[in-house]
Amino acid sequence: MATTAETHSFDLRVESVRALNALLHDPHGGAVRVCHPDGAHALAVGLNAPWEVELDGHVGYYCAGMNAQAQITVRGSAGVGLAENMMSGRVEVFGNASGAAGATAHGGLLVVHGDAAARAGISLKGAAIVVGGSVGHMSAFMAQSGTLLVCGDAGEGLGDSLYEAVIYVRGRVASLGADCVEQELDSDDLARITRLLAEAGIDGASAAEFRRYGSARELYNFHVDNAGSY
Amino acid sequence: MCGIAGLYLKTPALGDRLGAELSKMLTLLSDRGPDSAGVALYRDPAPPGHVKLSLQVIDGTSPGADWAAISDGLGEAVAGPVSFETCAGHAIFFVPGDAATAQAWLSHHAPAVSVMGSGQVIEIYKGVGTPREALDRFGISGLAGSHGIGHTRMATESRVTTEGSHPFSTGADLCLVHNGSLSNHNRLRRDLQREGIAFGTDCDSEVAAGYLTWRLREGATLEQALEGCLADLDGFFTFAVGTAEGFAVLRDPIACKPAVMAETDDWVAIASEYRAIAALEGAEDAETWEPEPGRVYSWGSALVA
Repeated sequence: MATTAETHSFDLRVESVRALNALLHDPHGGAVRVCHPDGAHALAVGLNAPWEVELDGHVGYYCAGMNAQAQITVRGSAGVGLAENMMSGRVEVFGNASGAAGATAHGGLLVVHGDAAARAGISLKGAAIVVGGSVGHMSAFMAQSGTLLVCGDAGEGLGDSLYEAVIYVRGRVASLGADCVEQELDSDDLARITRLLAEAGIDGASAAEFRRYGSARELYNFHVDNAGSY
Repeated sequence: MCGIAGLYLKTPALGDRLGAELSKMLTLLSDRGPDSAGVALYRDPAPPGHVKLSLQVIDGTSPGADWAAISDGLGEAVAGPVSFETCAGHAIFFVPGDAATAQAWLSHHAPAVSVMGSGQVIEIYKGVGTPREALDRFGISGLAGSHGIGHTRMATESRVTTEGSHPFSTGADLCLVHNGSLSNHNRLRRDLQREGIAFGTDCDSEVAAGYLTWRLREGATLEQALEGCLADLDGFFTFAVGTAEGFAVLRDPIACKPAVMAETDDWVAIASEYRAIAALEGAEDAETWEPEPGRVYSWGSALVA
């Protein structure tokens, strides 16, 4: 949490993206409210301190990429690659997110209150992603670890070539990808879903409404006979 | 990478600002496409019984055409008065009769002149240079109209030339802008050439335009022709198609080429990136969304044949 009571104001129609990111690389952290993002790319990227950043509008590509420790809020929609490779902290978007939201994210929590487009959580490596709406095709493709929780529907090829990551979907799944299967929802799952919904601040959904999807572990790389090939 | 933008004005009183707003959008997409730019504006309808042609002398070594002489010759051939306006190497001709007759005469008597678009309301301006340079050269900011689409190009599949710039005409009052790259354009170009579709470049996007022209010629609706792209084009694309009434948008099913749409009470816009839409008045309160892959969107009864 930020220790300073002072919140900086930053107007991106007056100052540059580079100036904003330079400020946010101060290792002491702090609180900043950014107005007029106007879809600019690479906002609040590479943070590694307990910053609280509020972006008041729509943001462009790669917002909050590589985030560690910081809490970044977008009061609008986000472009491609939101919170890509996040390590820790929390990124919350009140609008929609474009493709590859949370791609390769290792840790932390990404919340998208609207929809996330194609390839949400692709190659997920440990983070939790909560989507209030629906996700597009090929979401959680090759996801290795972590959780993707979708309150709406999922597009085609969900969880293709999944490893250890777990997917929960409340709505309809257009189709499952290779080696992704529905699995039984146990009490640990119910507790995990309840906790994630609470952390994400999403009301009106209950854990029992979700279905769990995971890897069937039947692809070539899961067979011990092929272990020597790697 | 390329940039595309489209703007449809729901409030006719905003028409005076069409060129200025579209120029602003395209200039903001300069780093997606710094090597050439173009727009199709829908404006200034041809008088009844006339057709409007967008002409340009594309041969870079030529100083331009003798538009007055072409106008006189064409007027004699179609037995009626031809009028025209010129702008930075372009000329907009109003010709009595139909486009085919005028085009046949031009290809015979003014072979250096390219017909970039034809119809009742379409005007196409395009050329090399940064979007700001190109659009300023054509004075797009000063042009009024009902709607328009535009493109900033980063050439990948063919040379940087005016012929390779977008929009490409796909029929009367129709044109296409494309962000992406097609893999099967050589084979498809040969197939379309056998069907009598002519091509002036090696550009993949011209093949997509030729495909639409062919499908429409064979009786498909614009919606059917666009849906055919999903089956017959291999590659990546976000398309915007301009029509006399509005525009349509289609993304390929893989959807690795971006698109954002936004709508207010006054306008509907599409752009490769939200940055371009942010420049429009009311953008902050607009409903914005990403068009779904493989689904045809349209505005202004664009798909009503």
